[in-house]
Amino acid sequence: MLEPGSAARILRRPTAKVCLGILIVVAAAAAVGPELFPESYREPGPLQYSPPTWQHPFGTDLNGRDVLYRVLLGARISLVVGLAGAAVSLFLGTAYGLIAGYAGGKVDNLMMRLVDIMYSVPRLIFILIFINAFDGHLRDFASRMDWPWLVSYSRIVILVITLGLIEWLTMARIVRGQVLALKERPFVQAARVLGQSHTKIILRHLLPNILPIVIVYLTLTVPAVILDESFLSFLGLGIQPPQASWGSLLAEGAQSINPLKIYWWLLLFPAATMSATLLALNYLGDRLRDTLDPRR
Amino acid sequence: MLKLIVRRLPALVFVLFCVITLTFFLIRLAPGGPFDRERKIPPAIEAQLLAKYELDGPLWSQFTGYLADVARGDLRLSTKYRNRSVNEILAQTLPVTFALGGIAFLIATVGGIWLGTFAAVRRDTAADRIAMGAALLGLSIPMFVIGPLLVLVFGLWLKWLPVGGWGSPAQLILPAITLALPFAAVIARLMRTSLLEVLNQDFVRTARAKGLPDRTIVYKHALRVAILPVVTYLGPLAAHLLTGSIVVETVFNIPGAGGFFVHSILNRDGFLLGGVVIVYCALLIVFNLLVDASYALLDRRIRVDA
Repeated sequence: MLEPGSAARILRRPTAKVCLGILIVVAAAAAVGPELFPESYREPGPLQYSPPTWQHPFGTDLNGRDVLYRVLLGARISLVVGLAGAAVSLFLGTAYGLIAGYAGGKVDNLMMRLVDIMYSVPRLIFILIFINAFDGHLRDFASRMDWPWLVSYSRIVILVITLGLIEWLTMARIVRGQVLALKERPFVQAARVLGQSHTKIILRHLLPNILPIVIVYLTLTVPAVILDESFLSFLGLGIQPPQASWGSLLAEGAQSINPLKIYWWLLLFPAATMSATLLALNYLGDRLRDTLDPRR
Repeated sequence: MLKLIVRRLPALVFVLFCVITLTFFLIRLAPGGPFDRERKIPPAIEAQLLAKYELDGPLWSQFTGYLADVARGDLRLSTKYRNRSVNEILAQTLPVTFALGGIAFLIATVGGIWLGTFAAVRRDTAADRIAMGAALLGLSIPMFVIGPLLVLVFGLWLKWLPVGGWGSPAQLILPAITLALPFAAVIARLMRTSLLEVLNQDFVRTARAKGLPDRTIVYKHALRVAILPVVTYLGPLAAHLLTGSIVVETVFNIPGAGGFFVHSILNRDGFLLGGVVIVYCALLIVFNLLVDASYALLDRRIRVDA
């Protein structure tokens, strides 16, 4: 189990400090950064494909937009989708794993077989179809209900839900394994003998004990969801213009690399920002997991 | 082996049925039809088109008709690429995707197992930390970052390799590496963890006590057992490689099935989409069956048909 001091112990390592620093900087820059830009930077400008300068540290794109500004806006969407999608997967995976592990026997067998099957199906492919099938309907629904925010963010909302829907499998497996071991422990047996209801046993006795490992896997789910979202956006099937995420910025960057013109800054800066964020998240998640499971 | 296949068959057919049903109805739910153009086509022509592609009549009878055709191996006509059958498109593009995926599969497994073993036998040394740092990097950087970066460095700046296309072995190198890298990293981590665990077991200690050289212990005894988690991962790996190939084919302009898949969604080309998804899933199902069967060969203690 996660001891109170172990998180602090991890953070004493220099690499972990660097990683945490990266995350804080990226998150803070994404949160407030775009607001600090002068009005002229937010709109397309006359300066097309300018390489990095002091005025535009990350250069400008085809429409003369500042790349740094766009990277920060993209970070906003990518991080929000990552966090929210991971939260959805957290609820689903924990609930599923708790039920399977607690029920045991045939129910457990069937539920886990289903997880195995879903593991081996190309899930992202179904998500692609799903998003494109429901996005329009959700937008219609939103405009009928007169919810302007949902009209402009319908795609993000659907992305969050669907990505959460596919990234819960690992969480379910881990939670189930923990519950299988926990439910044989004396305190759970005692609660059962005392005649407590199943709901109460699950919520009061099992859930608090699996919380640490759930939180650790949450840190590893966030980068997974960010990666999925950027995959979809890269293919042009995720976030749609005028909104941009790291994935759609990278798609533009990849297109601007060809033998005739090499606008390397369009690729390099979004790539570096995204990779550094994912690396930091994965590193911290790994270290946290190591403290829970020293064998790894 | 045969027993395993017979036991699994009903579940496999059921999964495939779900996949077909899901795809068929999801693409129908999407707004817009396959024959929507900028200029509205006359209703009479649209009715004729719908009849030609068997998209008329009640939805239920359309679905059963489609199921019957699929069962016979006929994936119907593409509604976008007029007069080309889905079977024909897949016959042209799937070999490309599979060649790319197969090579990436080899690179990922061989490279991953090698790197993981390399790190495990050098546990807690600088070499171990560098290897695992590289693996963490490999799994954090997305394919669509690695791909364009490799193109930029090896294709455009150094001019050692072609930037894209398909046909020559040289054109295969960058895409295959791009596709394989994240999964080689995952396998290396799995392999290291598992091998470290096995190296602590009694039979390894016995082998050491017998005076066997380290090489023999690791490569003949420990690796055989430690490889099992990697084998378990091969099923999901195949699924990830197929998904990843969509991106890699886009980045490197490779005429595989991935591009058709993306366009079939945008064009609401239901039969082409269905064809790609059905073939992908069927292949993955068969592949998973083979993986399950191979457990028994690797570890006699596991009885898969039990």
